[in-house]
Amino acid sequence: MSDHAHDHDHPPHLAHHFETSEQQMESGKLGMWVFLATEILMFGGLFCAYSVYRANHPEVFLFAHQYLDTMWGAINTAVLLASSFTMAWGVRAAQLGQKSILIIMLSLTLLGGFGFMVIKTIEYSGKYSHDIWVGGLNGFYQKDGLLLNPEGNYEALHYLDEKKAKKYGKDAHGDDHGDHAHGDSHAAHHGEDTHAEATPVVEVSGIGRPAAAEAGLIPSLTEYKAAIPTGGEAFVTGVGAEQIAYHGSHYPEFDELAPMDHNSTHIFFQIYFMMTGLHGIHVLIGMGLITWILVKSIAGAFSPAYYTPVDLVGLYWHLVDLIWIFLFPLLYLIH
Amino acid sequence: MSVIPNPAPGDVAAEKTPTEPPHGDNYITHGKGFLSWALTIDHKRIGIMYMVGVLAAFFIGGIMAIALRTELIAPGATLMFWANDDAALNSNWRLYNQLFTVHGAVMVFMFIIPAIPAILGNMVLPIMLGAKDVAFPKLNLLSLYCWIGGSIFFTWILFGGVIGTLFGIQDMPWYFPKGLDTGWTFYTPYSTETNTGVLLGTIGVFILGFSSILTGVNFIATIHMLRPKGMGWGKLPLFLWALYATAIIQILATPVLAITVLLLMAEKVLGIGIFDPALGGDPVLYQHFFWFYSHPAVYIMILPGLGVISEIISIHSRKHIFGYKFIAASSLAIALFGFIVWGHHMFTSGQSALLNSVFSLLTMSVAIPSAVKVFNYLATLYNGRIRLDSPMLYALGFIWLFTIGGLTGLPLAALSTDIHYHDTYFVVAHFHYVMVGSTLFAFLAGMNHWWPKMFGKMLDEKWARIGAIMTFVGFNATFFIQFIAGSQGMPRRYADYDQQYFWYHLFSTLGSYVLTIGLFIVLFNWIHSLRKGKPAPANPWGANSLEWHTPSPPPHANFEDGVEPEGVDPYDYHGWDYDESIDGYVKKEGYVPKEHH
Ligand code: HEM
Ligand SMILES: [Cu+2]
Repeated sequence: MSDHAHDHDHPPHLAHHFETSEQQMESGKLGMWVFLATEILMFGGLFCAYSVYRANHPEVFLFAHQYLDTMWGAINTAVLLASSFTMAWGVRAAQLGQKSILIIMLSLTLLGGFGFMVIKTIEYSGKYSHDIWVGGLNGFYQKDGLLLNPEGNYEALHYLDEKKAKKYGKDAHGDDHGDHAHGDSHAAHHGEDTHAEATPVVEVSGIGRPAAAEAGLIPSLTEYKAAIPTGGEAFVTGVGAEQIAYHGSHYPEFDELAPMDHNSTHIFFQIYFMMTGLHGIHVLIGMGLITWILVKSIAGAFSPAYYTPVDLVGLYWHLVDLIWIFLFPLLYLIH
Repeated sequence: MSVIPNPAPGDVAAEKTPTEPPHGDNYITHGKGFLSWALTIDHKRIGIMYMVGVLAAFFIGGIMAIALRTELIAPGATLMFWANDDAALNSNWRLYNQLFTVHGAVMVFMFIIPAIPAILGNMVLPIMLGAKDVAFPKLNLLSLYCWIGGSIFFTWILFGGVIGTLFGIQDMPWYFPKGLDTGWTFYTPYSTETNTGVLLGTIGVFILGFSSILTGVNFIATIHMLRPKGMGWGKLPLFLWALYATAIIQILATPVLAITVLLLMAEKVLGIGIFDPALGGDPVLYQHFFWFYSHPAVYIMILPGLGVISEIISIHSRKHIFGYKFIAASSLAIALFGFIVWGHHMFTSGQSALLNSVFSLLTMSVAIPSAVKVFNYLATLYNGRIRLDSPMLYALGFIWLFTIGGLTGLPLAALSTDIHYHDTYFVVAHFHYVMVGSTLFAFLAGMNHWWPKMFGKMLDEKWARIGAIMTFVGFNATFFIQFIAGSQGMPRRYADYDQQYFWYHLFSTLGSYVLTIGLFIVLFNWIHSLRKGKPAPANPWGANSLEWHTPSPPPHANFEDGVEPEGVDPYDYHGWDYDESIDGYVKKEGYVPKEHH
C-alpha cells in the first residue's frame, strides 16, 4: 500500500510484511495445510454420517451400492490419480523453471478434472433418469412406511435388474445369478423354489405395480408388498441368519431387507449424492484455480524464485484427489 | 486526529521513548477517504472496522435482551400489552420465540465469537509479535467482508420475523424473510418443519463461519511464521497463546458446523431425511453434529477472554505472571478437552447410559485446566502492586464471574442433577455467567487496556471505573437470581410463567436495566475519549509486550522505520520507569533483562 516502506530490495512478488521469499512461501504453505485441515473436517462430518448409517443399516448399503457403477468409478479414480501425477510434475516443472512443461502439465491436469466431471455427469444423469435422485425424487423415498413415489420405486428397481442382467448376462430377475453358488439357499429362503420360473421377471423381483398407485392412492408398504404376486410379506420376514451367511457373495434384494431398512434405502443415496456432490464442487473449484495459475504461467509469472501459487493449488488438488480415494471404496466397493 | 503527546522540553528520557512517529503519521491518519478504509489490508484498520460492526451487533442483541427481560417482568403479556385477545396473545408468544432466537444467534455468531479475536486480536496480535502485519492481509480483509455480508444477511432474516409478527402481517412476499424461531441451535425436527427462515439463517451462519475460519488460519500462520528474533514459544505473550489455541478450535470445529448446516439445508430443501426419523434418519445425529461444533465454540468464546485476563492481571499488578507455562499449556488443554465433551448437552436426548457417564466424567475434567488458570491468576495477584484501574476491575470481576460460571457447570455435568436443571433458568444463568460475565468482561477489560494503544487517547478513569462497577452489579443482579429460579423449576425459552416465579423475574429484569445503564456509561466514556481524551503515551501501564514499545497509536508499519523488534520477556517490568511528565512509562537507560526463572 504505502510506498516509502518499500525502498529496500524487495522483489516484486514479496509482500511488504515478509522478510524473505522463503518466509513468505513457508507461510503460504502452512496456511494452505491448515485450510486443508478444515476441508478434511468438513468432509469428516459426512464420513461420520456415512459410518453411522452404515453401522445401523449394513444391509441397505449392501443392497443400494449395487446401483453405483463400479466401472465408471474405477475409471474416474484412475483419471484423478493421473491428474494428481501431472499436477505434481507441474509443480516440479515450476520449481525448475520449465515453463512449457508447466503449461502442458497444468493443461493435462485441467483435462483430467474435466474428464472426471464428464464421467460424473454421465453417472448422475443415468441415476436421475431412473428416479435415483435426491429427496422426494428418490424412488425409495417413503415417509412413515408410505411409499411416496411408487412410480419411481418401480423405475429404480427395474433399473437395478437391467444393470444386473447386463453384468451377469442372465435374465433380469436377479434371484438366480448363474455363477453364484448360493443360488439354492437363496431360493429356499424365499420358501418357493419355483416361483422364479413361473412368474414374469419384473414381478419376481418385487416390482409389481400396486393397483392402489394406479387408483391415485399412495400404498403403504404392506399394501405394496401384498400387491407383489409371490411371497409378499414372506419376503420381508426372516431375513436374519441366512442373510449374513451369504454376505460377501450375495447382495440382498430389496425385499430381503428388514422393513425398517426399507425406510432407509434412500438415505444411502442421499449420502452418496451429498458426498460426491460436495466433492464434485471441490473439483470444480480446483479446476478454476488451475485455470488461474495456467493463465498466470502462460504470462510467465512463475520462476524458480516464485512458484508458491502453483505449489498451493497443487496441494489443494491432491487433497481433492485424496478424498475421492476414500469415497470410491466406501461407496462403490462395499462387500 | 493528531494525538502525539508533546514531551516536556529537555526531558531526555522522553526523547528516547518512541512517542513520535517519523512522519507524524499513524495508521489512522495514514491514508484518507472511504476507500483507504474499505480496501485497507492494515490489520489495525480491519480491527477497527470489526469493532464498529461487532459493537453494532452487540447493540442489536442487547435491544432484544431488554425486550425479552421486559416481557418477563411480570406474568402474562407485558411487552405487547395490547394483546388482549387470544389471537393477539398467540402472536405475542410467537414474537417471544423470534426474539430469543435473534438475541441468541446474534450474540453468539455475530458478537461473542468474533469479539476478542477479530477486534483485539487483529489490533494487537501482529504488533505483539513485532510483525508488520498478519501473514495473509488480504485474507484478513476477506474475513471482515464475510462477517459483514453474513451479518447483514443474517440480521435481515432474523428481523423479518420480528417485524412481521409485530405488525401481524400474514402473507409476506417471498423476498421478505419470515424470521427464525428455532433458537440459535436449529434443532431438528422442529427446524425442518417450521416455515420460518431456517434455510436463509443457516446460509448466514455458514458465511459467518467462513469469516471465523479465515481469521483462525491467519492467526496460526502468523504466530508460527512471523515471530521476531529471540521470541521462542516460551516468550510468546499469553494472549497470543490463547489466540493460538482458539484458532486451532476455529479450524477444527467450524468446518463441522459448516457441514451440519449444509446437511440441514439439504434436509430442508431437498428432503434428504438424514435427520428425519420418518424418512429413516436420526434427529439425535443432528445434535451430535451441532454440539461437536458448538461445545468447542464455547471455548472459542472463552479462551481469548482468558488470554486477555492473563495479560491484564500481570500488567496491572506490576508482577511477573505466575506459572507462565501452566497457563499456556492449560489453553491448549482446554482446546483439546473441548472436543471430547459435547455429549453433555445431550444427557436427556436418549443417549446411552454409558455415553452419558463417559461424557459426564470428561466434562468434569475440563474443570482442571480452568482451575489451573484461576489459581495462577490468584498467585500472580498475591503480593503484587495492584492498580485498581478499570481493566483491573473488570479482570477481578472476571475471576469472580468465571469461577461462578465454571462451578455451576459441575452440577450440569453431573447426570443426576442435570436431569433436574436441564432446560431451566439454571442453564440460562450458567451460560450467561461464562459468556457475558466472563467473555464480555474480558472483552471490556481488553478494550480499556488497549484503548490508549488503539486510539492514542486515554479514557476517563473515573467514569471507566463507575462503568465497570455498574456492569458488575447489574450483571449479578440479572443473572444470579436465575440460578435460584432455575433450581425451582422455571423452564427456559418460556414467555410466560407461574406467579411463583414473579419476584425472581422482576428482580432479574430490574438488574438488567442496571446492567444496561452500566454498558451505556462504558460506551459514552469511549466516545468521550475519542473526542476529548487526553493523549496517550506509548506505554501508559508500564507493560513490556512489544505493542507497548511503539507509539500510540502505532504507525502504519507498526514500528518506526529501522526499528527491528526483538523478543522480550513480556512480563518483565523492571525495564520501565514511570515518568510523570507524560503520565506513562519510559525505558530505563541501559537495562539488561536477566533470564527469568
Ligand atoms: C446483556 C444482557 C443480556 C440479557 C439481559 C440477556 C437475557 C437473555 C434472555 C432473557 C434470554 C432468554 C432465555 C430463555 O427464555 O431461554 C437469553 C437467551 C440467550 N442469551 Fe442472553 N442476555 C444478555 C446478554 C447475552 C450475551 C452477551 C450473550 C452471548 C454472548 C447471550 C447469549 C444468549 C444465548 C445463547 C441465549 C439462548 C438463546 C436460545 O435459547 O436460543 N446473552 N438472554
Ligand atoms: Cu458444552
